[in-house]
Amino acid sequence: MRRFLRPGHDPVRERLKRDLFQFNKTVEHGFPHQPSALGYSPFLHLMAIGTRSGAIKLYGAPGVEFMGLHEENNTVMQIHFIPDQCQLVTLLDDNSLHLWSLKQHSGASELREEHRFTLKGPPGSPPSATQITAVLPHSSREVLYLGTESGNIFVVELPSFGVLEDRTITSEAVLQRVPEDYCNRRSCELVEALREHPKNPDQILIGYSRGLIVLWDLQNNKVTHHFLGSQQLENLYWQRDGSKFISCHYDGSYTQWPVSSDNRQHEPLENFVPYGPFPCKAISKIYWQTTKNGVPYIIFQGGMPRASYGDRHSISVVHGSQQTAFDFTSRVIDFFIIFSSEPTAEYDDPSAMVVLAEEELVVIDLKTAGWPAVHPPYLASLHCSAITCSHHVSNIPLKLWERIISAGSKQNIHYSNMPWPIDGGTNIAPDPPQRDLLLTGHEDGTVRFWDASGVCLHLLYKLSTVRVFLTDADPNDNMNTLGEDEWPPLRKVGTFDPYSDDPRLGIQKIYLCKYSGYLAVAGTAGQVLVMELNDEDAEHVVDHAEADLLQDQEGYRWKGHEKLKTREGPVRFEAGFQPFVLVQCQPPAVVTSLALHSEWKLVAFGTSHGFGLFDHQQKRLVFVKCTLHPSDQLALEGPLSRVKSLKKSLRQSFRRIRRSRVSSRKRRGGSGNASEVQEANAKFDQDTLQEMELAPVQRKIEARSAEDSFTGFVRTLYFADTFLRDSSRHCPSLWAGTNGGTVYAFCLRVPPAERRMDEPVRAEQAKEIQLMHRAPVVGILVLDGRSIPLPEPLEVAHDLSKSPDMQGSHQLLVVSEEQFKVFTLPKVSSKLKLKLTALEGCRVRKVTVANFGSCKTDDYSENDLAVLTNLGDIQIISLPFLKLQIRYPCIRKEDVSGIASCVFTKYGQGFYLISPSEFERFSLSTKWLVEPRCIVDMPEVTSNNHVHKKSGMENAARKS
Amino acid sequence: EFRRFSLERSKPGKFEEFYGLLQHVHKIPNVDVLVGYTDIHGDLLPINNDDNYHKAVSTANPLLRIFIQRKEDADYSAFGTDTMTRKKNVLSNVLRPDNHKKKPHIVISMPQDFRPVSSIIDVDILPETHRRVRLYKYGTDKPLGFYIRDGSSVRVTPHGLEKVPGIFISRLVPGGLAQSTGLLAVNDEVLEVNGIEVSGKSLDQVTDMMIANSRNLIITVRPANQRNNVVRNSRTSGSSGQSTESSLPSSTPNILTNFLQGEEESDEEDIIIEDSGEPQQIPKAAPTSESLESLTQIELLHESAQNGFLPSSEMNLNHSAGSVSMEYEVQDPDHKSLEEDGTIITL
Repeated sequence: MRRFLRPGHDPVRERLKRDLFQFNKTVEHGFPHQPSALGYSPFLHLMAIGTRSGAIKLYGAPGVEFMGLHEENNTVMQIHFIPDQCQLVTLLDDNSLHLWSLKQHSGASELREEHRFTLKGPPGSPPSATQITAVLPHSSREVLYLGTESGNIFVVELPSFGVLEDRTITSEAVLQRVPEDYCNRRSCELVEALREHPKNPDQILIGYSRGLIVLWDLQNNKVTHHFLGSQQLENLYWQRDGSKFISCHYDGSYTQWPVSSDNRQHEPLENFVPYGPFPCKAISKIYWQTTKNGVPYIIFQGGMPRASYGDRHSISVVHGSQQTAFDFTSRVIDFFIIFSSEPTAEYDDPSAMVVLAEEELVVIDLKTAGWPAVHPPYLASLHCSAITCSHHVSNIPLKLWERIISAGSKQNIHYSNMPWPIDGGTNIAPDPPQRDLLLTGHEDGTVRFWDASGVCLHLLYKLSTVRVFLTDADPNDNMNTLGEDEWPPLRKVGTFDPYSDDPRLGIQKIYLCKYSGYLAVAGTAGQVLVMELNDEDAEHVVDHAEADLLQDQEGYRWKGHEKLKTREGPVRFEAGFQPFVLVQCQPPAVVTSLALHSEWKLVAFGTSHGFGLFDHQQKRLVFVKCTLHPSDQLALEGPLSRVKSLKKSLRQSFRRIRRSRVSSRKRRGGSGNASEVQEANAKFDQDTLQEMELAPVQRKIEARSAEDSFTGFVRTLYFADTFLRDSSRHCPSLWAGTNGGTVYAFCLRVPPAERRMDEPVRAEQAKEIQLMHRAPVVGILVLDGRSIPLPEPLEVAHDLSKSPDMQGSHQLLVVSEEQFKVFTLPKVSSKLKLKLTALEGCRVRKVTVANFGSCKTDDYSENDLAVLTNLGDIQIISLPFLKLQIRYPCIRKEDVSGIASCVFTKYGQGFYLISPSEFERFSLSTKWLVEPRCIVDMPEVTSNNHVHKKSGMENAARKS
Repeated sequence: EFRRFSLERSKPGKFEEFYGLLQHVHKIPNVDVLVGYTDIHGDLLPINNDDNYHKAVSTANPLLRIFIQRKEDADYSAFGTDTMTRKKNVLSNVLRPDNHKKKPHIVISMPQDFRPVSSIIDVDILPETHRRVRLYKYGTDKPLGFYIRDGSSVRVTPHGLEKVPGIFISRLVPGGLAQSTGLLAVNDEVLEVNGIEVSGKSLDQVTDMMIANSRNLIITVRPANQRNNVVRNSRTSGSSGQSTESSLPSSTPNILTNFLQGEEESDEEDIIIEDSGEPQQIPKAAPTSESLESLTQIELLHESAQNGFLPSSEMNLNHSAGSVSMEYEVQDPDHKSLEEDGTIITL
């Protein structure tokens, strides 16, 4: 059968295909899904984030990015950079250690795994004996100290991971000189923290979970100081000069301990419960940062009063009388402070706090009064409200680009002006070839404009449609200001807020005309907004129209949600895209297709009931067409009513889960427990598998009929200036394709510009095509006399495209989920077809015309169809002959949301969601490739001086 | 009443012409008759379409014995295996219950009186353990009416027996097309859909393929019950292979080839309504010029292709040399029959 599918083996064409097409997944945009660990190298100025799926991502200056993946796909528990090296060590939850290096290869740095290692105890010892809990890369760069659950500390060489058995610090050795009574009360238990003395690399501070802290001398292999803590220990931090350290505890207290040269038992200087006196949650990490003026910054995670604020994810910054508890909307994974790492500097002088929360990265400027947040150039939380749709616009004219940026900058005034503090490495990628915008629509009724030109997906501007409507939640009714007491001094930070108060606000379709700046946005409750870019704030009335898509169809009752209520009177809009027309479909079903023609000033919209055309110049509804089949009850009732309630309950249960997860987070029931869980999981999997075998999934085989549900669902709308009625006169036309395989074509009469306001736009149905295979129509396209797709509106007017060939005969391409069909125009006769589903069993999910340029010559480019199927394959199909050129597997077929989210660009690139918060970017073109290319150079090391090292102490142990 | 007349063996022409000729020779212009002939095994077989007519002519040696009966008093049970020798055995009775010996009053129409709903095709090129079934969804309101599921089957491979995933029929909807044909059964393994192997494809893919081909669905199955298989080249009496053999023209391989090559034309065309006028079939654009040939002619072409029958395949029957003692003229080469042979009608 294949024989008949192959486009033949023309060697010239085969060579050309190699010059045109190439598949690469180039970069991941957005915020890593399920981050689990954070590391920072003050030496390289690089930050590392590990995830629960075993990925490790390094970020430096904008454009400097590296990614690695552990083969095991296990959760990354800890990340530690080796001091003064381009190396880092990761600890996974299978207790394996991995050494990664940044090495230069053909002009750019690459992240590679060098070694892996699992600590093994003597035969017969319990797994807890070697379960690593704390890792300390020593400043000598030669050894790692590994604290374990058993309380022993093992020493391994770098980079070989050879165990130096004679240097193991056993708990027995540590306990030798601890007072009897203390020993009796507590055994050593697991090693909670390991910290190297900031001035003396021969001393390390060891903290055990039951509260015992000792200072160990590496030269003499003995304990020099004991610090007998009475509270369960969480973490330790040295002060810069090494004269004091600070410990934080499970009961929400922290303690300062003096370290003097005499060798006696020490009493704490100060023991303080910052949010006392009622029981508090643990302080899991603490920083004590010195400043020139003598007032230290004390920064700690957690410690909130258990009863009233125990569910908050907070980090408190205390600086003299100033105190703020930064309140995060998701769990804090870890954080670090960026401070002066100059070894000669006398003070820490912290400049910024970098917090990795489960759903976003938040950076706080500690230098500027009020501690404002810093706008991150990458790691944007795409999902701060769930993404509901996306739209890509290539090659934005500079003027529009600047206006969007300027509108966005007015929204960002509350951000700090601080330059991005994590600035390691050099971006050596060529400048992006053009300015590209990715627009994402969100569940909360916002549209976010992303700079998608380069490696860093950067938020330019955020548009909210909420203002037009009256919703239950008043936008001024902010959680921040209301209901918060003076104490604790909580302050909400970050943008992650996944809970939309009204799902009807959700954005479903976006269409931006890059030449005119007109934007059409359509949503879940049948709302269609047409907007115009305005550089100033403005207050005006939004014209409001209703489109009754059921027309004269009687006896139907919509059981779905109500339409949104609109605000009466003028509404104040900030600079940027401001709505001037609102069309609300009736019934208010979700808008399923949208098209805007900025030259004719028309907007077309479709739902499951029909479609309509609105003249946004005259603000007049031109026509509506009901596509509903009388038997289609489901479309009438509005399936969303059910979806909505499900969503609501899901949201509630998620909230519950999140809460319980937080409380049960307090860690590690020991490895034995973990394996039990695994076993149970495996058993469960097996059980479900068996169950599946017992009751196999069945699929009904039935021909589609006109009576099927949702046949009237409008899938695609398309404006074209073509020959609809006869071959001598072309005219504007609107095409619509439905789920039931019907294509409607309307002939439009748009008055000439000088009489545009005086005469009405008229429309008349000219054709209706019923595809007998009745598969949903997902794309309609007209090819001109040279078989080139018609240009976009205004493209020719802006001299950016050749005028279409209006001499030769035009062709109509109809893409259904199952077939590609070319018809002649104006007399519709079938010319060509390519059957996809009948032959391969896959269905078209997304289709776009893409322009592919040759990497060999600048003067050759061609238009092809880029197609994504329900199996996650991408196929390139030639125009106009519909020959399959090439096929690449791209997305797993089980990844339904990934496939649904895919958006192609006009130049053979694309994006799809690999998690709710991350876009994978891919390229089908040999010519247009956006991928990170960067160099990380070793900064000069003032050698022989280990003392200067790592004032950051980032590499000391941390808990997740 | 006997008549003897001659025909050009190389140009037998159409059954309808032949039928007309018979009526003419017997001077019974308006009487409905059943036509039968005796084949080389001595069986009385019906002639009621082009293909079995051609088959009959090709078996003439050199005489062809034709039997004509009035339809009203026809003995339908007379047709079939061993009918001439009257040596019916028990087995053939069991296997062919539709011989209706005991109910001679029921008039059973001839195949051309029915629209085909299903057929077994390509018996001569498939292994005997497989069955290729064609379901004609077109024109019936009956649902296809079956379900498929995942399963596993055992295959003989170079490495011995191996368990491989497969697709199986899991359920037949009562009253559906699939059930009414009797050619598909629960637990039959689906091997191909319209000539494309399903191995390596997921249940959803196979579902989509079947639905996409639902207007002209050809499924190759390995029946769960292997006892009713068609036995090829069987000369022994009492085998159900008889009916298949007699009704299968030697041109069957062409059906598949025709399907593969001409598949583009094999499904019915889309419909267009211009300016809210009457729905029309969308014609196929002439490949060479933009102008259209006459619509009727194109439609005819579609129709004949639709039934999976290329004009060329008919020629296969005409190569026997020498003249038979029957003759008639080929009148209208363009007027092709729309009947497809190899059809088993199931009531």
